Formats: sequence, C-alpha cells, structure tokens
Amino acid sequence: MAVTEPLLRIVQLVKRFGGLVATDHLSLDVRPGELHALIGPNGAGKTTVMSQIAGELRQDAGQIIFAGQEISAMSTVRRVRLGLARSFQVTQLLEDYTALDNVALAVQVRLGHSFRFWANARRDRSLREAAWRYLEQVGLDHRADVRVADLSHGEHKQLELAIALATEPKLLLMDEPMAGLGATESRQMTELLGRLKGRITMLLVEHDMEAVFALADRISVLVYGRCIATGSPAEIRANAEVRAAYLTEDEA
Amino acid sequence: MTTNRRPLMALGLTFAVLLVLPFVATALDSTATISLVTRMMIYAIAASSLNLILGYGGMVSFGHAAYYGLGGYTVGILYAHFVSGDPLFGIIPGTNQFLITLPAALLVSGLFALALGALSLRTSGVQFIMITLAFAQMVFFLFVSLEMYGGDDGLIIRRPNELLGLRLRDELTFYFLTLGFLAAYVGLCGRIVNSRFGMVIGGIRQNERRMAAIGVSTYRYKLVAFVIAGMGAGLAGALMANHARFVSPDMLHWTKSGELMIMVILGGMGTLLGPILGAISLIGLESVLSGWTENWQFYLGPILVLIVLFARGGLYSLIPGLRGNGRD
Repeated sequence: MAVTEPLLRIVQLVKRFGGLVATDHLSLDVRPGELHALIGPNGAGKTTVMSQIAGELRQDAGQIIFAGQEISAMSTVRRVRLGLARSFQVTQLLEDYTALDNVALAVQVRLGHSFRFWANARRDRSLREAAWRYLEQVGLDHRADVRVADLSHGEHKQLELAIALATEPKLLLMDEPMAGLGATESRQMTELLGRLKGRITMLLVEHDMEAVFALADRISVLVYGRCIATGSPAEIRANAEVRAAYLTEDEA
Repeated sequence: MTTNRRPLMALGLTFAVLLVLPFVATALDSTATISLVTRMMIYAIAASSLNLILGYGGMVSFGHAAYYGLGGYTVGILYAHFVSGDPLFGIIPGTNQFLITLPAALLVSGLFALALGALSLRTSGVQFIMITLAFAQMVFFLFVSLEMYGGDDGLIIRRPNELLGLRLRDELTFYFLTLGFLAAYVGLCGRIVNSRFGMVIGGIRQNERRMAAIGVSTYRYKLVAFVIAGMGAGLAGALMANHARFVSPDMLHWTKSGELMIMVILGGMGTLLGPILGAISLIGLESVLSGWTENWQFYLGPILVLIVLFARGGLYSLIPGLRGNGRD
C-alpha cells in the first residue's frame, strides 16, 4: 500500500483545564480525501480537539502539522488562509445579514484584503454569483435573501457549511453538523456530506452514529481525551474496547 | 434586486429641509436659528463619525470627544501662533488658512485615533470602554494644564479661518459650508458601510468569532474604522472652532463623549440618518429647555429615558415606513 503523507497530523497533543486533562497525548492522522470521524461519549474532549486544530485554543504540548507545515503556534486567521475551515457546533453566523451576505463575505475574504471603501459589495456580481453557488451546493439558494435571524435551525446548519465551503478549504472541520436536527434534516445533511465526500477532506465530530457509520472512511474513538481506537467502520464496530466505552455510557 | 429606497428618501428629505431652512429663517429674520442649526449639523458630523464605530462596528468607544477637541484645538493653536508670530515647537508656522488648518486637524485627530485605537482595540467589552475613556480624559487634563493655550479658560479665535475669499464670519456662509461637509461626510459613510470594508466591519459587530473563522484579522479593520471615525470627529471640531471662535477643554470632557453617544443612540444606531436626527433633537431639546428653565437637565433626563425605552431603534424607528428598517 502506498504511503500517503497525511493532510493533518496531530502528535502527542495535550490540553489541560486546571486539573482536568481534556486532551491526553492524542495522536491522529487525517489522510487526503478521506472523511475521518471523531466519536466518543459526552465529555470525551472532541470539541476541545477541534478548537485546538482550528487555533481557537492553544495546546499545552504537542504538535499540529497541516499540509506538511507545523501550525501549532499559528493564529486562527493564518490557519484559515492555509485552507483549514471550521463549522461550529453552536452556529456562529452574522444574524443581521442575509444568507447570501454571509457566504459572499467569506468569498470576499478569500479573494484578498477588504480595504475597499467605495464600491457597493452587495452589487459585486463576482462575489454574489460565487456565493450563490455555495448556497446551491447546500440546498439553501431559495433562501438566499432571507436574514439569518429568520432562518430555521436546520438552515443555520446548512449555512454554516456553505460559509465553510466558501473559504475553499483543504480540510473541513465539522463539529456536530447534525446536532439539533430533525430526522428528515439529518438525512438531508448526511446526503449532503456524502456528496462532498471525496472532494473535500473532512474531520467530522458527530453523535449521530447512523450518519457516522454511513459516511466515514475511518473512525477514531476518543475517551477522556485519549484515542482508544482508529479504524474502518467495520473495525470500530467490532472493537471490544469501544463497545465497553459506549456500553458503560449507555448504562449510566 | 429590490432595495428599500425609503431610508435614502428620508435622508434626502432631511437634507432638503436643511437646504431650505436658512432662507425661511432669513425671511423670518431669525439669524439665531441659523447659528443653532449650524451647531446641530456640526454635532451631527461628530455623531455620524461615532456611529461608524459604535453603530456599525459595535465598538463602544467612550472617548470620542478627544478627537473632536483635538480637531478644534488644532485650529485654535495654529491661529494663536499665527497671531503671535512664533512658530509652534519652533518650526511649524501658525496659520489662519482653513485649507491648511482643516487637513492639520484631520491629521492630528487621525493620528491620535491610530495611537489610541492601536492600544485600546486589544481589549474588548468593559475594558475597552474604560480605556477609551481614560485616554480621552488624559487629553482633557493635558489641555487643562496647558497654560500657554489658555488652560481651563480655553483659547479665543478672534477671526474665523480664511477660505477661498469666503466670509466665514457670515452666519449664512458658514451654515452652507457646514451643510456641505455634513453631506460629504454622511455620503462617505454611506459608501463605506456598503463597501467590502463596511461588510467586514458590520460582520465584526455581529460575530467577531465568525469573522476570524473565515480568515479576517479583525484588529486591522477595527483600527482603520477607528481612524476614519476619529478624523470625522476632528472635522467637526475644526468646524466648531471656527463657528464658536473659541476652543476650551470642555470640548474634550468625557461628558461631551457621552453627549455624542446619546445622539447616536437617541437617533438610531447603525443608520445614516439616526445620528443627524439625534444631534438635532438633543441640541434642540437643550436649547428649548434651557430657555424655559435653569434646571433643564432635570427635564432632559426623563425625556431621553422615555425615548430610549419606547423607541428601541431610536427616533429613526418612529418615522413611518422606516420601522424595522434599522441598520440600512
């Protein structure tokens, strides 16, 4: 088997909050093109890992290497420019702007600096048309001109994804895209991620096991900040340690 | 694309009224009105500049009087050196030419906004409010202690600056000059808030974390907005120095920052027309109430509270057809 250089490599990552070790010497690889899921019981430290990869939290020890470059000390902004996008668990949107504005702004930022003071950005067709295509990809184009505050929760989740896509990422960090979605919406989101799979490398944190096992190429299981297993969905399903971790949670 | 034209129409109507008003006032032989409205318009420029960072950018700067006062003092100090003949710092000759004093005022207030912003924008929330307030008060006390420029008493400017042979002492001339500057500054703000830069500034107000997540170094954008706003206040200060022919530390006092903030909130934050309405109303109320009773501030307070309580988007939201049109 050919050894491909991983797109993202996490080496011995440690994060402590006081006495609590939230990330405990975690090592993890994400290969180019794969959809890698990160699962684990509540409080396993999944979001903490995502925040460290995105640069919002600084690790206490360890390294993060992205596309062959060490990014451990870089700001969020520089990581985004290298092609690392994140969608948030609790959606972070610009509520007074329309859905299209939100995406157009991400396109605008990707295209260069925004020290342009005169021309009306909302009439800039290059931005609006590009933004429109990302909304189309997530199936939100019919709601383009609706203010974010007036969109539903499910639509917010779709918009999060469209904004992340508009940054044209090499790696997409998805933090619980299905959280709070109804059954139909979850299925639509799963289909959507299925369509994106292969085109964009993704690291997915998700509680919806049906979605995870349907989508993931590989799964890593996190318990108390440590990775107890990594493998294909079939391997993970068969892993005794994983079953134990989940069973104890179910009984609790 | 369907854009709502109503906010623009309301703005146009306001300027039309301001354009016609001096002729009506002259016909009624009421020159005091012209002077009063000039003052309103100067404050409207200062409030509009604050609105750019407070209303559109969400930065609660409590030191805006500093730029306003520095703009005024630049005109005053250059005039003092022009009269005395000694150059400022031994090298900069004084002048009474508005085409020099105005750019100088913009430069001084802009540079000060750059320095103050560079330091204070590293903080946020209450710290940001307090640090902008503290820096502005430092400037206030500096000018109180500068005996050379009148200290507490301020500086009298015997004659307004000269500008292209216009008689700036003439109330009507100065009125139209101020109206021109107000129109230009509000027009500039209108372009800025809808530009790429403005979209970023508005985004930062709504969710700074989101902006960082799409790759925006928010600090730089906030700093540039801060400088543009500071220069706007400097413009207002330079105009006021010429209009009142007097500058004093009062222009720099924190209560002046508070007044500007009240104008923005009273009129309607994040709208182009709001700060103009706010400035007109506050100065108007002050003028009416103070003519009626010595304790006018006692009555002004509750009126402001009522307006802010019952019109959450400020006076702007009370105009028929503009309700819910905040943040145009």
